[in-house]
Parts: sequence; structure tokens; C-alpha cells
Amino acid sequence: MLAFLLTLGALLGVVVVLAYAERKVAAFMQDRMGPTEAGPQGSLQAVADVLKLLQKEDIVPAAADKKLFKLAPILIFAAVFAGFAVIPFTPDLIPAGIGIGVFYLLAIVSLDVIGLLMAGWGSNNKYAMLGAMRSVAQIVSYEIPAGLAILSAVMICQSLDFQEISYQQGALMNQFPGMEYDMNWLFGIEALGINTTTVGGITTWNIFRAPILLVSFVIYFIASLAESNRAPFDIPEAESELVAGFHVEYSGFRFAVLFLAEYSMMVLVCLVAVILFLGSWNTPLPNIGPVSLAYWSTGIPGELSGILWGVFWLLSKTFVLLFLQLQLRWTYPRLRVDQLMHLCWKVLTPVALGVVLIAGIWRLLMI
Amino acid sequence: MNKAIKQHNGFGYVVKSLLSGLSLTWKHFKNARNRRTPDYVSDENYFKQPDGMATLKYPYESIPVPDNGRYRLHNEIDDCIVCDLCAKICPVNCITIDSVKATEDIGVTSDGTKKRLYAPTFDIDLAKCCYCGLCTTVCPTDCLTMTPVYDFSEVNIKNMVYHFTNLTPEQAEEKKQLFAKQQEEIAAAKAAALAARKSNQ
Ligand code: SF4
Ligand code: SF4
Repeated sequence: MLAFLLTLGALLGVVVVLAYAERKVAAFMQDRMGPTEAGPQGSLQAVADVLKLLQKEDIVPAAADKKLFKLAPILIFAAVFAGFAVIPFTPDLIPAGIGIGVFYLLAIVSLDVIGLLMAGWGSNNKYAMLGAMRSVAQIVSYEIPAGLAILSAVMICQSLDFQEISYQQGALMNQFPGMEYDMNWLFGIEALGINTTTVGGITTWNIFRAPILLVSFVIYFIASLAESNRAPFDIPEAESELVAGFHVEYSGFRFAVLFLAEYSMMVLVCLVAVILFLGSWNTPLPNIGPVSLAYWSTGIPGELSGILWGVFWLLSKTFVLLFLQLQLRWTYPRLRVDQLMHLCWKVLTPVALGVVLIAGIWRLLMI
Repeated sequence: MNKAIKQHNGFGYVVKSLLSGLSLTWKHFKNARNRRTPDYVSDENYFKQPDGMATLKYPYESIPVPDNGRYRLHNEIDDCIVCDLCAKICPVNCITIDSVKATEDIGVTSDGTKKRLYAPTFDIDLAKCCYCGLCTTVCPTDCLTMTPVYDFSEVNIKNMVYHFTNLTPEQAEEKKQLFAKQQEEIAAAKAAALAARKSNQ
């Protein structure tokens, strides 16, 4: 229960920051100013918006399938929120440390699609229905390259446990039960003979341990944009030409919950990207001879320093990725449906399959 | 083949153009530290300014209006001879003028024209006005002018109708009565004169 509340609180905090950042970043990239009135530099704008949405009338269309309509936003948000359960925040803080975290995450986040269909169907509106179909088609398609990219990282790490994957990417590797005698080699290749187990830092991040994962990272990042309905893959929403997709009929706080789910999804996919590819809560600073930067900037697991450093590194990496997501939104035009499918099935999926193959071979080199 | 219309494609080109897009938005993001300042049009940097955010926080800061800016209309009613030309030329019919003849000359305008009419109504509906300036052009006494004031929004749209008349309704009624009385007197005098002529014959 405590973990639930903590995660919910942290998530809401991050989402409010993100919603504000999105407006400011968008404004700055378009030579505008963004919110300026509510609070210093408009920083309370997101809060004000939430309050405004809370006051709005809760409209349920007369001919809608009321049960599905009301349940859908809750299901969508719950599906995304449940994904946070297996995200490790620090070396020893993880809401639910189950051994098959990656698998669980992929499974539970897919529930999202059911929620979208429920929302579209329940609204009893052609536009909502078509919007839902578009969202579902896109999300289901992009789960394949995303899944393959994650698979390649899992193959390199030989684990479905997010916490184990995190430990593998840092100087604390040998402190994880079951990995006391494992070693990290430069680029993961033992034949090079450079042992990086205690060097840590960026040299043990997955994208460095097996540089092929850099490709998977890019694939995963692109696919995750599509999964969280972010531009340039925001075709389900396409607010400028379709006036929103599956959520046209939603108003007030239900609408807010749908958007909360979208923003939570952005945070979640970035967290997963950081954990699988960018060293999780590990510091990027390596130990260099007697200068043990990695140990200093990781703290001691279980103590306050370990918690603070862990949260700091995890969040700062996540915020970099989130910023990139925002920047992409304000840089690239929206893709057409056929271009979207072309990218997914003819480009990302084959490349991801190739990466899985190479990752398998790489793993052979690593042992 | 013309290089300009040659279709570029291929992985390298795509990546290059994607990255150049990113660098463009990043440049704008970085420049957001600078901001336009409310400088007068004669300022050297007036046209160089939007290197960064181009927005001004409007009610708090605004670009100075040129001295001869032509925005809100003003009528110097004391100079108006109530000739109705402005109401006639207005393309959107937003000027309403009623006139009452005076019993005698009521003075001269600042350019020496004699005034013979009162204006119990002189309304300009600035919500309809399209600021074409035609009315100011035809005004024979130059009493109708455009001022540099452009910020005059109102909560109630009725307040956008500007009343320029300097007569209260009572005064207007009084002038009307006076004129009617004068007409009656003239008519009576005429009738008397006619009767006198008839009886003389
Ligand atoms: S400026 Fe043009 S539109 Fe406005 S009152 Fe004069 S003639 Fe009419
Ligand atoms: S044109 Fe000028 S003088 Fe004539 S009625 Fe209009 S404001 Fe008065």
C-alpha cells in the first residue's frame, strides 16, 4: 500500500512537471513564451488546469454504452499505472520485485489496448470508433518492434528481472544475490581481456556492454513513441485534423484521466528505456584507478545516499529522454497511416529481428 | 536531371534530414533566453529582434504606436457642422447622425465654417468600424480624426458605441421645440402677411 501511494504520488508529480515542461518546451521551440500568468513563470498552470477539469460537468452521451464508457479511462490508466509496479527506483527500492518484471510489464501495458477499444466502442460515435481502431492498430503493430528490441536487451542480460538488469549495468554488480562471481568485460567481449566489473559507470551500461543494443535502443524509442501516442505517431489523436480520436466524447475529469494515462505512458516507456539500455539508476561516471567516481556517485545501497543517488540518476536520464520526446513532437510532422505501417513492418521489425540475432551471437561472445 | 527536384531518399539522407530538424528546434529552444523588447519602430534593432521569443507580454508591455497611428475615431463635436458626409460614405454604416436645425447661427468652427445644425445624436459604433478612414477623408472641417489609441476593448459590447454629441436629450428636445416654435412663428407671420395682402387688394 505504501509503495502504491508513493508511486502514485511520484507519478503525479512527474506528470505535472511534464505537462508544464511540454508547454514551455513547445513554446520555446516555436519562439513563443508558454504559460506566464499562473504562478511564477506560469508554473502553476498545470495545477490550475487540473482544478478546472475537476469542475467541469461529467457528460455521458445518452446513447453510449454507459458501463464501457465509464470504465474505459480507469482501465487505461490502471493498465499503465500497473506497469510502474516493477520499475526499480533505487538499488533497493522497487514496488514489486518480481523475477519476470519485463514480461509482466509488456503484458500489463498491453491491456491499454482493451481500454482504448472500450472507450471507442462505448462512446457510440463513428469518429471515436475509428479513432480507437487507429490507436489499436498502431499500438498493436508497434508492440512488435518494441518487444523485439526489449528481447535483445533481455538476451544480453539473461534476465527478466528489472532489478537484476539494473545491477548488471553498474559497479555494484557483484552485490546482487546470484551474481557474486559474474564479470563485465569491455564491450562484453572477454577475449579483449579488459575487466570492467569494478569500473562501472558508462562502460557497463547495456548500450556499451553490447553496442548493438544502441540500435535496439533507437528502435525501442521510436516504437515507444508510437505506443504512447506521441507525435510524430499521434495519428489516433491528430487533434488538428480529426479533433481527437477515441476520446472525443469524454469531458471533465474522465478526459483528464485519459491524458494522465498518456503522460504516465510517456514516463513509463522512458523509464523502461533507461533501465534496459541506459544503465538504470547507475551513474554514468566510471571508476578511474584510485578515483572511484562510480562508487562515490552511487552511494551505499540501502542507505539514504544510495536512495538519493539512485533516484537522481534514474530521473535525470528519464527526463533527458522525455525532453527528447517533447522535442520530437515539435520537430517532426505527423506520419500518415500507411507510412506508419510501412515504418513499423518494413523497417523497424526486420531490423529488430536482425538485432535479436546479433544480440544472441554477442551473448555467446560474452560468456 | 535537375538537381533541385531530384528526389532524395535512402537511409543516410533520411537520418541527415531528421537530425537537421532536431538541431533547428534545439537552436530555437536555446535562443529562447532572448526575447523581443518593446522598441520603437525607429530603433536600430527593430527588425533584428525576434532572435529568440517573438512574443511580448501584451498588457504589460507593448510596441509603441507610431505618433500618426490611425486607430480609434474621435470627433471634435464643436467643430462638426453635421453635414452627414461621414455617415453617407461609411461602408459599414456605423455612424448614426440626427440633426436639428438651429434657430440662428450657432457659431463657427475652428476653420471658420458657420454652424447651423445641432447634432442630438452622433454615434459611431466602433465595434462595426473597419478603420478604413474614409469618414475622416471626407470630413470638410477635419473634426473627425483617427487617434493612436488602439487598446479599447470593452466587456459590454454596447460600450463600443461612442456617443459624441454634446447635447443632453433635454437640450436636444428644447432645441427642437425652439426650432418648431420659430417655424410656427414664421408660418404665422407668413399667413398674416398673406391675409394682409389679400385684404389690401
Ligand atoms: S473609419 Fe470607415 S468604417 Fe469606420 S466609421 Fe469611418 S468610414 Fe466608417
Ligand atoms: S463629415 Fe465631419 S463635419 Fe460632417 S458630419 Fe461628419 S464629422 Fe461632422
